[in-house]
Amino acid sequence: MTKGECQADVEIKNADGLHMRPAMQFVDVASAYESEITVSNTEDSVDGKSIMQMSMLAATCGTKLRIVAEGTDAEQAITALQELVEDRMFDEPPPKGKKKKK
Amino acid sequence: MEIKKGIAVSPGIAIAKALIMDSEDYRIPRRSIKSASRITEIQRVRNAFKDAGAELAKLEAAQDEIEEGKIKDIFAVHSRFLRDRSLRKRITDLVHSQSVTAEYAVSTTLREIASHFTKVKDPYINERAADIYDIERRLLRQLLGRKRADVEHLTEEVAVVARELSPTQTAGFDRKFVKGIASDAGGRTSHAAIVARSLGIPAVVALEDLTENISAEDTVIIDGNRGIVVVNPNEETVRQYEEFSHEFVELEHKLDTIREKPAVTRDGTKITLLGNIEFPDEAELVLEKGGEGIGLYRTEFLYLNSETEPTEEDHYEAYAETVEVLRDRPIIIRTVDLGADKYTQDKRFAREPNPFLGLRSIRFCLQNLMMFKTQLHAILRASVLGNIKIMFPLITNLQELMQAKMILRDVMEDLDEESIPYNKNVPIGIMIETPSSALTAFTLARDVGFFSIGTNDLTQYTLAVDRGNELVSALYSSADPAVLRLIRTIIQDAHKARIDLSLCGEMASEPEYIMLLLGMGVRTISLAPPMLPEIKQVIRSVTLEDCNNLARKVLTMNSERQISNYLRDATRKILSEAF
Repeated sequence: MTKGECQADVEIKNADGLHMRPAMQFVDVASAYESEITVSNTEDSVDGKSIMQMSMLAATCGTKLRIVAEGTDAEQAITALQELVEDRMFDEPPPKGKKKKK
Repeated sequence: MEIKKGIAVSPGIAIAKALIMDSEDYRIPRRSIKSASRITEIQRVRNAFKDAGAELAKLEAAQDEIEEGKIKDIFAVHSRFLRDRSLRKRITDLVHSQSVTAEYAVSTTLREIASHFTKVKDPYINERAADIYDIERRLLRQLLGRKRADVEHLTEEVAVVARELSPTQTAGFDRKFVKGIASDAGGRTSHAAIVARSLGIPAVVALEDLTENISAEDTVIIDGNRGIVVVNPNEETVRQYEEFSHEFVELEHKLDTIREKPAVTRDGTKITLLGNIEFPDEAELVLEKGGEGIGLYRTEFLYLNSETEPTEEDHYEAYAETVEVLRDRPIIIRTVDLGADKYTQDKRFAREPNPFLGLRSIRFCLQNLMMFKTQLHAILRASVLGNIKIMFPLITNLQELMQAKMILRDVMEDLDEESIPYNKNVPIGIMIETPSSALTAFTLARDVGFFSIGTNDLTQYTLAVDRGNELVSALYSSADPAVLRLIRTIIQDAHKARIDLSLCGEMASEPEYIMLLLGMGVRTISLAPPMLPEIKQVIRSVTLEDCNNLARKVLTMNSERQISNYLRDATRKILSEAF
């Protein structure tokens, strides 16, 4: 079993930020992979498979997060999570008035 | 070893392991456990997560039919939290490192998380704290629910220790195993006290902070004679108390020998002794202790003791079972006295700012006619089986009495139509337990067959003192001249109207009041069955002449303290000869 490591920097783009439901989606996607998933902001590093820890990051719109995956399927995990956060934006709308980023 | 002093409210001595009951409002006090119990507590945390998860899955499945929306999301989020190992670990780690109960660890951890959310400035995330509180409640419901059930399915003897006991909690006690009760709050006439006395188990209340100084599995001694609770007693103390306990049992036995003897004063006046009961299976105890009937059947316990609203059959069966034991002896069935501090299953009572002055007792029945009629229907059906009388509680004016009687007539007509037999002349009486009914007793007496004086509420309403509030409970005394004057009025008006009179409050079970009551003209009293032999012994030791003299003297006195002291001295003199 080869152990890979893979990482990506993402930005929360949906208006309401990483509240409960998005946190749940993130955890669900992360849990589908065998790799260990760690998510960090400037202060904390948390387990990406724990809804408690993910929601406590309290990442609002515009927050930048680093996702690190470690394991056999690290690459796939990162791709899927990146897609969820940045492309699908947790199936939620972006902030009104096209106000991009900070 | 720690000794705590409280108020003795039910005699006897219990030595047992403590079973701590938390109140139902989920404010969880910090409580330490022995390190050996940590494994059990950690397992309880795990089970709570598992069971709360299962409960949620059921709810989620039920929700499936309904639209996809928010509710489903909320359930989904909660179930992720319940499956979150790092959350569970944070809680079990707390149990392990601090040696605290599962409840405390759950509550503390989730509240920490919630407060983390409330600190976030983003309002949307900020509001998520509510979800966390919800998860806390889900888990606590599992933990506390199980514990509540434990009290009903005990396998070893315990002493129940609680901050405060609600009638609903005490109603579920398994009498074989609950050997004593101790509570932080409460007074002589609190529900914990009343229930303890009727179960015949020792109880001490008003211990203030006992629950904070005791851990599950600690051994406690509850001394219901002197109002003392000893936590983790040393060997010497246990030995001493075992001796006391032995002596107490001997005294009880001595009293049991007078069971067959009549309750007559030394100069030959017959006094009728009846028992107060909550459940049909206490009827046996009344007879065992020498009671001649039931003077107060508190039927609301049928509601307090069950998960669901009792049906008419439940009522009927309870009454029929009681009659079967009593045969042709009198049974006074008091219609349900709910409200204030006793609630029905669906707690349909909106929280009232002043529950004791609110929608309770007969007032509640008159506004919930379906429930009231159901009970009356059952009582009337049972009335052909034996000597049943109906009593309405908390009547405050003539109109209420008329209304209650009219509803009873309606139910009688229903029975006529259904061709169900009942006693058409079933005696109807009322409890006189408010100053207003005492002051208008003369009028009320024309429309009823009997009065029963309820001294607990009468005292509380006359003196405007909450009997359960430790801050003012010292002011609560039935020896107050105001209370005694009202009692005298009630007795005189009952005699003038030639209707039956009994007295069924706590006063009847306190030896120091017996001479006074006899002297004031009371000839029938109803009390907690375990106290019957002792009260009979008092009656058999006095002469009516002495009682009359004592009453005359007391009624000229103007202070509660003077009266109490006088009564205590007089009783002590008699008791020293009697026992």
